[in-house]
Amino acid sequence: MAAISREEVAHLARLSRLAVTEEELDIFAGQLDVILQSVAQVGEVAAADIPPTSHSVPLTNVLREDVVVPGLTPQEALSGAPDAEEQRFRVPRILDEDVAS
Amino acid sequence: MTTTLPAYDDVVARYEPVIGLETHVELGTNTKMFCGCPTDFGGEPNTRVCPVCLGLPGSLPVANKAAIEATIRIGLALNCSIAEWCRFARKNYFYPDMPKNFQISQYDEPLCVDGYLDVEVNGETVRIGIERVHLEEDTGKTLHVGGATGRIHGATESLVDYNRAGIPLVEIVTKPIPGTGALAPEVARAYVTELRDVIRSLGVSDVRMEEGSLRCDVNTSLNRPGQEWGTRTETKNVNSLRSVERAVRSEMLRQASVLDAGGRITQETRHFHEDSGDTTPGRSKETATDYRYFPEPDLVPLAPDAAWVAELKAALPELPRLHRRRLQLQWGLSDLDMQSVLNAGAVELIEATVAAGATPAAARKWWLGELSRRANEAGIELADVGATPSQVAELQGLVDAGKLNDKLARVVLEGVVGGEGSPTEIMNNRNLEVVSDTGALTAAVDEAIVANPDVADKVRSGKVAAAGALVGAVMKTTRGQADAKTVRELILERLGVQS
Repeated sequence: MAAISREEVAHLARLSRLAVTEEELDIFAGQLDVILQSVAQVGEVAAADIPPTSHSVPLTNVLREDVVVPGLTPQEALSGAPDAEEQRFRVPRILDEDVAS
Repeated sequence: MTTTLPAYDDVVARYEPVIGLETHVELGTNTKMFCGCPTDFGGEPNTRVCPVCLGLPGSLPVANKAAIEATIRIGLALNCSIAEWCRFARKNYFYPDMPKNFQISQYDEPLCVDGYLDVEVNGETVRIGIERVHLEEDTGKTLHVGGATGRIHGATESLVDYNRAGIPLVEIVTKPIPGTGALAPEVARAYVTELRDVIRSLGVSDVRMEEGSLRCDVNTSLNRPGQEWGTRTETKNVNSLRSVERAVRSEMLRQASVLDAGGRITQETRHFHEDSGDTTPGRSKETATDYRYFPEPDLVPLAPDAAWVAELKAALPELPRLHRRRLQLQWGLSDLDMQSVLNAGAVELIEATVAAGATPAAARKWWLGELSRRANEAGIELADVGATPSQVAELQGLVDAGKLNDKLARVVLEGVVGGEGSPTEIMNNRNLEVVSDTGALTAAVDEAIVANPDVADKVRSGKVAAAGALVGAVMKTTRGQADAKTVRELILERLGVQS
């Protein structure tokens, strides 16, 4: 059985606002399936005594002091933006969405 | 859709509400959560940004120690357990308020869990369970242009300012709160008020709802008694304490009318409207799986050691509830009197006025009397009425020194509120000081006696109460600038009557 369905790929594409054609759905579903199956093989090797790992280095509490560091000027910040207006990044409207938090 | 809403009493007789609150608090750290950009409110667009908070390739976040500490302190003040080990998580979504296309948040491993906050409603203590307290980063501000209304609908473009993106944001989530019945709206308000006071006492945020440093989402559901909890809605855009109460109430009424008509409640986000006090539907919520949370690979786990947590716990300030109890004892107030001080939002103001030298009784008189009346009339918070605790203490000092009587003090206070200066300056500039020159007063008294021979005779014959008319006459000639008690004594003395 495939690790990811064509419908799941379509759903992911919608969440990511990617326009994916019907043919592309088939292609990507196949490719993603290969990736997922490969990763699943790692899961088979992992025994009960191996905890899941999210970070490859055994570090915790890497923190910085609460001290202001100079950042970018608005000109620098906007220099890589495709479009700007009123010193703000200008982007196409996004429908059906609202702020995250 | 035009449906007549049922009466509130009727709704709570037939349905039981369950509420829940999600509160976001912007921390008052100097810098953002994961970079060294400053966090000051306002500022020209995109002047407080750097490669990290703009999500530029190759930049790496590093967590702000002060923000972690502040969150642990909030958790401790809310009686939570502090995680011994936890991680940040990526919340993925497609919206330009975060330039990275994700927000760094916490998901299944929050920093603080399972606490409570006791709040008082109508003299009863209600224990509100705290599900979790976690740390995340705030989003940027989007301005929708091209449409007629500035709202996203009809807009063709969005302009984005990332000054706010990355400011540390603490999310505090309650457990569901059942069993509050008709009091549900008041409980919601009391909780947010108490939470605000707790966080303010910790000094970790200025918690100003109007500036958005404290934001609240309100979950509401209704069920028939004895039945399972109903489907909940989440109301956003609730930007004042009063709105918290109104939002719960209006959502209870709306849901009851839907249920009464045999309808079903849709799980959705609704927007609260300050002007009408009702809610309208927003987007249907993405499910948690749609956010594709996963552990943030660019940040290592947090593992607050027990010694650090113990140190932070030992340094917690006296919490507002205990603080208020202590003040109530010091001020000698009944529960009812203390409640009216609380309702007026005057605790800190009175405390500061007492610290500036006034007696508790005098401080309470000014803040709950004249100044509360003005704040109510103007529809503003008492703290914003235009007089400071030190000015009120100064005013009372002038009264105590006999330089102002009660009536003149009110006139001076009006000047203070109007921004004319300090009480002493206003008294001097407007020549409002009580006439204490005995010579001038005696002359005014004699004049009044001569002008009212009948009254004077009555007083001489022992009808001391009649002296009031003479006091009135003297007050009139001195334009109210005499101390009525002194005037009365002088009159009786001049007429040879023992007071």
